This record gives sequence, C-alpha cells and structure tokens, in this order.
Amino acid sequence: MPLSTQSQADDEQYVLVASLDNARNLSNLLKAITFKDHAIFSATPNGLKVTVEDSKCLQANAFIQAEIFQEFTIREDSVGFQVNLTVLLDCLNIFGGSAAPGVSTALRMCYRGYGYPLTLFLEEGGVVTVCKINTQEPEEPVDFDFCSTNVTNKVILQSESLKEAFSELDMTSEVLQITMSPSPPYFRLSTFGNSGNAHYDYPKDSDMMELFRCDKTQTNRYKMSLLKPSTKALALSCKVSVRTDSRGFLSLQYLIRNDDGQICFVEYFCCPDEEVEEEWLQSVE
Amino acid sequence: MDCVVTGGNVKVLAKAIHSLSRIGDELYVEPQEDGLALRSVNSSRSAYACFLFAPLFFSRYTLPSGHTFRCKIAIKSVQAVFRSVATLEKTVEKCHIELDEQKNRLTFTLHCKHGLMKTHNLSFQDSESLQAVFDKDSYANVFRSHPRVLVDTVVHFPPSLEEVTVSVSDDRMWVRNHVEEEADRAKAMLTELCLASDEFDHFAVQAHNSVTFCLKELRGLLVFAESTGLPISMYFDEPGSPVVLSVTDSVLEGNFVLATLSDDPNHRKSNTRRACTPPPPPPPDDFMNDDMDCYLIAMDTSVAPGPSATGPPTPPSADSTCSKQSAAANHRTRLHSEEEEDETAESGRPPNKKFCSLFFGSVHPSSQMTTQPVTSQEVLASDSEEDGQ
Repeated sequence: MPLSTQSQADDEQYVLVASLDNARNLSNLLKAITFKDHAIFSATPNGLKVTVEDSKCLQANAFIQAEIFQEFTIREDSVGFQVNLTVLLDCLNIFGGSAAPGVSTALRMCYRGYGYPLTLFLEEGGVVTVCKINTQEPEEPVDFDFCSTNVTNKVILQSESLKEAFSELDMTSEVLQITMSPSPPYFRLSTFGNSGNAHYDYPKDSDMMELFRCDKTQTNRYKMSLLKPSTKALALSCKVSVRTDSRGFLSLQYLIRNDDGQICFVEYFCCPDEEVEEEWLQSVE
Repeated sequence: MDCVVTGGNVKVLAKAIHSLSRIGDELYVEPQEDGLALRSVNSSRSAYACFLFAPLFFSRYTLPSGHTFRCKIAIKSVQAVFRSVATLEKTVEKCHIELDEQKNRLTFTLHCKHGLMKTHNLSFQDSESLQAVFDKDSYANVFRSHPRVLVDTVVHFPPSLEEVTVSVSDDRMWVRNHVEEEADRAKAMLTELCLASDEFDHFAVQAHNSVTFCLKELRGLLVFAESTGLPISMYFDEPGSPVVLSVTDSVLEGNFVLATLSDDPNHRKSNTRRACTPPPPPPPDDFMNDDMDCYLIAMDTSVAPGPSATGPPTPPSADSTCSKQSAAANHRTRLHSEEEEDETAESGRPPNKKFCSLFFGSVHPSSQMTTQPVTSQEVLASDSEEDGQ
C-alpha cells in the first residue's frame, strides 16, 4: 500500500491519523448526514464523530468507531475541528467513487492541529491525490439533552418498511406527525397535504417491528423539511430505532452496515414543532 | 360508496389510474349501477378516457345510498396512493375505497404486508358528469391485436414525437410519425412501420383512410394493456373523427377516445384564415395551427343532478346532443357561431350524427374552460381563440 509506506517520522507531527482501505466506508456515512455545508469533527480514542446541524432544531451525528479504520492514531484526548462537508465529500470521491467490486479508493486522513488544514491522501490504482481542506474554528454542537432515562416511547423497525413510507410521504405536508401509543394505532406516521391527509399505521405485532415499548400515548409534529435529510440515512440503514422523550424530542438511530459488513450508527435529533416546543422552553426556565 | 379491491386487481386499478394520468389532471369518479367509472379528459378536450370496473371486479361493491354521487379529484393525489406500482403486487393485499360523506373525504385504505396500513383521506370536488359521446360500433375500420404488437410498433418512435398517422388498406396497416409542416418534411426523419393483417386478431377495413392522433395517450393505454395482457381494439373512421382505443375484459372496460387531425382541405384553409393574425398571403399548405388542439371531441358534461335524481344520467341521444351543442354555441358571440356554421357549410359535410366533433379554429388554454361556471350550461365546449381576442 503506497499510503502506509509513509515514514513514521512524518506521522508524528499529526495529532490525528486515520486510514481506510475503502474511503466509501466514510463517504457513505457522511452522505447520510449531508444537509448543511459545515460539519464538526470530534475525534477521541474511541473513534470519530461527525456532527451537522440545522437551525438549532436538527442535529445529525455519524459515529465511526476506531475499529472501522485500518489505522487510527490520536495523540490527544480529543481533537476537534470543523470543515466544509461538501468539499470533503468531493475530495473523497475524487476518483469518481466507483462502486465496482475490487475498485476502491484508499484514504489516509491527517490533521496536524489547530490552524492546520485537514490533509487527505487518496490512492486508487497507484495514483495518489493529496487534498488539503482548510479547517474552521469548531462550533459547540447543540446539546439536545436527549437522555435515555427520559425516553417515553421507543420502537425498533426494520428499515425496509419505513423506507417505503418515507418514499411515499406527501411532501406538500409541512409536518410529519408521529404518534406512538400503547394502544392502537400503536405507531402512526401522518401527513397533512394539499390533497388531504394520509396515515401509515404499523401494528405492534408486525414482522417489521423488532421492539415496541410505548408507555404513554404521544403525538408530536416535526417539520418535514427538517426530517427530509434523514431519508438519506434511512436508505443506507437496515434497522432504525425511533424514540421520543417526555419533551417530544425525536431521536432516530440508524444502524448502517458498510461494504465490509461492519456496523456504524447515524443518529438524528429533531425538535418537535409548535406548542410542545414552548412547553419545553418553560421547563428549561 | 364502499368497495374493496383485492389481490392482483389492486395493480390493475393502479395501472388504470396511471394511464388515466396520461390524459388529464383530474380523475372523475362515478360509482354507477354497472360499476365504478373512472374518467379523465385532457385540458383541450381532445382526448378522453374512461375505465369502467364492473361490480364483479371488486370483492365488495356498494353504491352510495339514496343518491348519485360523483366527484373529481386531482389525479396526482390518487396516483400518490398507488405510488409504488412496481411493488404494489407484492406489498398490497387489499384496497378499500370508501366515501365519507360527513367529512367529504374519499378514503383509500391499503392493507399491506406486515400489517402496515396506509390510509389516504383525499378531498374531492363535486363535478359534472363527464361522458364522451361516441359509437365505436358504427366505425368503418376495426382492428384488434395483442398489446405487444402495438408496443413493438410505437417503441420505434422517439418519446418526443407527438402524433402518429395510421393508414390502412385491405390487408395492411402503416404507422408513421406525423410531420407537421411541409417545410419540415425535407429535414425530418420519417419512420414508417407496416403491419400485415395477420399480426392482428381482427382486421376489418371498409374505408382506406388514414388518421393522425396523439401518441402520448396511446402509450398510456398500452402500458395498461400490456400489464394486464388484454388485447387492444382500435376503431376509426375518417380523418377528423375520433379514434377509439379500447380494452375489454369480463370485469372491466377501458375506452380511450382521441381526436384526429382533419384532412379536409377546406378545413385547412379555413383554419389558416382564422388563425393567422395579419395574414400575408399564406403559403398554400401552411396549416400552422392545424394541430390536435384545433379539434375537439364533444363532451356531454351535464350538471350533476341534485339528490332527488335517481340513477346515472343516460347518455343523450345523438340528435339531442347536437341541438344542445348548438344551443351552447349560441351563448357565445355571434361571430363565433356564424363561423362555425360557415365551416360546416364550407366543408360540405353533414353534421355528424353519431358523435359531435366540434371543429374550432383553435382552442384556448384549458384553464379558462375548467373555471367556467357550469351552472346553466348543459354542454361545455371550449371557447375558441376568437372569443378571447
């Protein structure tokens, strides 16, 4: 591997070095959270977390564990920087991002520290491209304070069944309403569009339902425009966990299997729409 | 109305709706004694399609109690119900269509695999009855073939092609692309396919005519016919009279009525005269505006009768339709009706008895006609351009 023949001395100047034999394992996950240009990268010895936010109401996180990388060296407890995600994705696909079997782009990603660019070495078929992407001051991601002890309702579904629903959702509807209840309709997705309304009901004993744990009937509305990007993650995933907490905040966790069969996670947090939000503000005060 | 469609019939229904969406923007739904009628008409009213699903098509079919009900819905929203036609057969087990008169909603409920239930509550508008008046049995030329024959024929035409011309002799049918202007003819690529009579299940020619009609709607019906494997029948007469394409089964019937271009040189001349704004001596064969929109199929669009009326309205007899037509035309400017009479006289042909084809110079964009008040008029015919000027 040309990329791994780099001298060890070179490596020591970097605070973070991460290598992947197949850059698609990274780029696919990043695609699942691309809805804004700026992504906050935070690396710890456990792995890499990439965060994208929209309007302080939506947050998406992609987690890439250290084990996914062929090499993952970090010289500090945590390393954080922000880059333009679109540019990064363009670089990762600089060889065309072909999905043909046997053809893959190898990646070595290096970061020297605050003020330095993120350096990518990409190699495919003996051709090496070096990309340097300027880094930005990392912003503090919004803390959605979504904690599992406050979760009122949770369902785990095979993504297959949600993909169908999401591909058919009436996009003229401004909101997607999610109802979770211990009694019928159990788990319901509703839209209210120009031509009328539509409901998708999943019974709790469906084959598609891997887990159904609802304590209390909860109906919340989420902005369709905010949730739309999550369909990218859904498309890649094999299972999805839908949770709401007592404030009506939504957490969508996607289990994604990469080309090599390893498992990664993408998580979306979304604020509920309208009055529920006000209640939350009051409770914070 | 309360009906249930199960199994493979769901896909048939979905395909029918998709092929109707090739015609117009609205789906006219009318539950009748003899089945559920789904119809559509295009904006210029030069194409009309109707599917009638017999009560036996459904596993349950009940009519709205007490009165006739008919409505129209944006076809896009009905299409959305059956969005994934490809997987429909595998995923949908049962489709329930129900009218909620309290809420004024038409509810489509799809019972899918894994217990998933999709409910679409669609709002609808009351509508006039939509019915094209045609009598395909009186047509001189009748053909029937497996849809494959026609699919393999139209596949040779580019998607951008708007119209095809079909010509027949005693034992042959030619299908070729229609090129609009003589000037273009030198540059245009001409594609012509010849089908022998033995390719057809039925081939009856009485008049050696050729007719030109829109390909888009034909393609729409072909998609339906191919997926259901039903043979397509084609009926046509002379240029200017509509061509009728139909599929029939024991539980369903589909008819597509498409206007054809008129070949009458008198028509051409009169069209040119009326369509050109400042007419510098027009080239002899310029029929710039001589396109499909110039011709209309008469639609009998009577106002929906009130709750007191019983049963679906019977299609009016040919004569009464004609008289209604001219009455409606007289509502318009004097100039217009004069011209219409003019034209009939010019072409020297008697008013058509079986169905009324109105030959207007050219038609206004549809928007105007769909917003036209339907209160007093019994027959809606599109305004001609002269009215707008």
